[in-house]
Amino acid sequence: MLLFTAKRVLSGILLLVAVSIGTFFLAHLAISDPTASLLGTTASPAQQAALAEKIGLDRPLLVQFWDWLSHAVLLDFGVSWRNFQPVGAQLAIKVPVTLSVVTFATLITAVIGIAFGMITGLRPGTWFDRIIKGISVVLFALPGFWVSLVLVMWLAVQLKWFPAVGYVPPTQSVDGWLRSITLPAISLALGGIVAVSEQLRNAVIAQSRQDWVRTLRSRGLSATRVNLHILRNASPAALTVIALMFVGLLSGAIVVEQIFSLPGLGQLTNQSSQNGDIPMLLGITVISIVFVILINLLLDLVLGWINPKVRVA
Amino acid sequence: MTTTDIRVAFDRAAQKRRSSLFRRFLRHPGGYIPLAIFVLIVLVGVFAPLLAPMDPNFVDLAAAKAPPGSEHLLGGDSTGRDILSRLIYGTRTTLWGALITIITALVIGVPSGVAAGYFGGTFDRVATWISDALQSIPGMIILLVVAAGSRNNFELLMATVGVFMVPGYFRIARSQTLAVRSEPYIDAARVSGLPDGRIIFRHVIRAVYPPVIIQTALTAGIAMGMQAGLQFLGIGDSNVPSWGAMMLEGFRLMLTYPLMLLWPSAALGLTIAVLAIMGSTLAELVQVRTPRVSRRRARAEAAATAPRHPATGRAQHTAEGSVLRVENLRVVHATPTGETEVVHGVTLDVAPGEVVGIVGESGSGKSQTVFSVLDLLPSTGRAVADAIWVGGTDVTKATPKQRQALLGREIGYVPQEPMSNLDPSYTIGHQLIEPLRRTHGLRRSEAEEQARAMLVRVGLTEPDRVMRSYPHQVSGGMAQRVLIAGAIAGKPSLLVADEPTTALDVTVQAEVLELLRELQAEYGMALLIVTHNFGVVADICDRVIVMRGGDIVESGPVDSLFAAPTEDYTRELIAASLDEAEGRAELDRTRIEATA
Repeated sequence: MLLFTAKRVLSGILLLVAVSIGTFFLAHLAISDPTASLLGTTASPAQQAALAEKIGLDRPLLVQFWDWLSHAVLLDFGVSWRNFQPVGAQLAIKVPVTLSVVTFATLITAVIGIAFGMITGLRPGTWFDRIIKGISVVLFALPGFWVSLVLVMWLAVQLKWFPAVGYVPPTQSVDGWLRSITLPAISLALGGIVAVSEQLRNAVIAQSRQDWVRTLRSRGLSATRVNLHILRNASPAALTVIALMFVGLLSGAIVVEQIFSLPGLGQLTNQSSQNGDIPMLLGITVISIVFVILINLLLDLVLGWINPKVRVA
Repeated sequence: MTTTDIRVAFDRAAQKRRSSLFRRFLRHPGGYIPLAIFVLIVLVGVFAPLLAPMDPNFVDLAAAKAPPGSEHLLGGDSTGRDILSRLIYGTRTTLWGALITIITALVIGVPSGVAAGYFGGTFDRVATWISDALQSIPGMIILLVVAAGSRNNFELLMATVGVFMVPGYFRIARSQTLAVRSEPYIDAARVSGLPDGRIIFRHVIRAVYPPVIIQTALTAGIAMGMQAGLQFLGIGDSNVPSWGAMMLEGFRLMLTYPLMLLWPSAALGLTIAVLAIMGSTLAELVQVRTPRVSRRRARAEAAATAPRHPATGRAQHTAEGSVLRVENLRVVHATPTGETEVVHGVTLDVAPGEVVGIVGESGSGKSQTVFSVLDLLPSTGRAVADAIWVGGTDVTKATPKQRQALLGREIGYVPQEPMSNLDPSYTIGHQLIEPLRRTHGLRRSEAEEQARAMLVRVGLTEPDRVMRSYPHQVSGGMAQRVLIAGAIAGKPSLLVADEPTTALDVTVQAEVLELLRELQAEYGMALLIVTHNFGVVADICDRVIVMRGGDIVESGPVDSLFAAPTEDYTRELIAASLDEAEGRAELDRTRIEATA
């Protein structure tokens, strides 16, 4: 198990380095002259040159990369080219917003997805199963922001149950915080719910056909207890989807935050890419990948706990 | 068979499969309805210049935020452009973008997936790692970088979306190729000297394409969503009409002009929905599904087929004086082609303390009979009987819950395959203790104590180590002893054993059989043992029932049956069991000849 975890950590670090290199050069390649977008069209060439010198753009690309990397490994991501504030400090403000929404969305997905998957998997072919399947097909394909718009129109504008836009930090009001992230979280979660439910349903059906299910029943155990055994054996499939979905949620959050005017990573990404603020973009990429790696590690640990073969081997 | 023969046969089969899949798709309402709508959407996109009432970028200041009217059927947007025209041209943009995405993803994903699956090795490992890595990158961030750098170049952006869709195609192509790669006809083709390129082209591609089409329907929908999402973020040329940009404008004016948001949202939702439904219908048609029968329908159908065949076998004891009695039991299974009756009405009974063997080859219905007694048939199967008596009580009319209450208390069950009958995720100790606590109401410490004692009783010398172990850490023989310990934990009056020794090594077989005999004598249990082996019967049984093809062909005390079997089939079974190894082979041969 220790060796297994070590391997995964190593693979994660490799991924982090690969994506950092990729993003660095892609950003520099794509945004060939960041000073133009940073200063706007009215800036004179002299002003542009001055800025380029200030942020070190006049140096060779490899030198710039080494400069960035050698600081990044010490968790120093430099300063924004836009406002010269430290990247880390700005991320520290934005990350909690996105993380609240994404974590809440993941929780909703897990709870409802697992419940639906269990119900439909244990009794396939019932009307409930068919309805869930019908809804799933369409919901899975619809983009989160489309669902957000529908939810905003209906729940916020028409019924006025939730605020349409804005973010309330939990330090200000826990109730307000929950209300402000509920709609964005639901919009993000809907696609995931059907994905988790579908995976778990298939896994539950497959596990229900296992010989040991019959043997457990022959011991006089109640259906509920046998179902717990089935659920535990079927859960790896659902958990893998939940972890994979987390990546999709980070992407989806960028658009959804725009709709709900949430001051999170999504807004920051959008602004930074428009401004050509490369250090900020790199910081965002690194922090996102770190989250992905952490989620995958957590998944591995949970899978190891569920499946003794992984743990003992 | 020559290569050409193989190829021709395979081509024909593939062609038949393909045309019938397409035809079935067109007949299915989940196929033709969304397809018709999608074709309509494509036509609207292709003929946009003919269909649109005016230039999508023509500004009519008088029409700014105009409500739907005769001049502007869906009204005007905030700068006075015709919404209907922009919607129609937006269809074009949406489809063109999705096409770029799909082609990019297909061209990269499918060949690399096929190559990784077909050749394996380092390429497979590297490609799989890249594919996994690509899936863990939040694509939207990279897309925004590309958008900023390329000054919102639409084609480049859609191609980048395509790159993030590559893993979907790669995985499918790889796993399909791996599956086909191990098929005998691919080996045949390789052995006959067909070059790899042609094998891939002719055979592998054919297996890969149905899931690829399904994936394409899904990818197209996701690509359209991503595209609209980017446009919604304000990325794109404002002169190119797009649904996403229209949604952004509508969203800004949502409170005053909700219709402006409605039209593009509806168009996008409808397009994605029909693609998703087409994909799902295709997936459903490709899969082979096992049907399920409702209890009521099964009863009705079993009753309808009832008088076809008289019941076989007969009871030896009074109903009240037997531990088990089954009268005219029929078992029906649902198959893809309809209902099949696998047990055609059998009657049998077991007296307290009696050891009865049910003998027959695979498919004789012996296991189905036993599962019916336990009320543990698979979900496709249903049992009907004139009467089932357990412990002198008629349980024919009992509810499933009441039937279940007999298990573990009145009836114990020892399965055939020891390894697959233990839950792999729990320790053996847990699996023994849980029923003792839940079914028999023992306290935790008592249950642990008894589980340990039972393990010692079935001959396991290190009970604590076994209880801590997971099923994959013990041998088959040990697992079977554990299962026997579990079956007798509730001191049942009837122990049902389904081929309890078949999956074990020959040396272990004798030990397990000996253990069953000892326990039967010690507890005074009745034992109903299912086997294909007359050796087992001779060892342990008082009475034997011979089954074939769902009927009882002969039954009687072991001694007389061995001495003078009346049926040829019984004689064959006895002969086959005399020399286990040789006899089994012969039986298999006759069975193969019989089915050939």
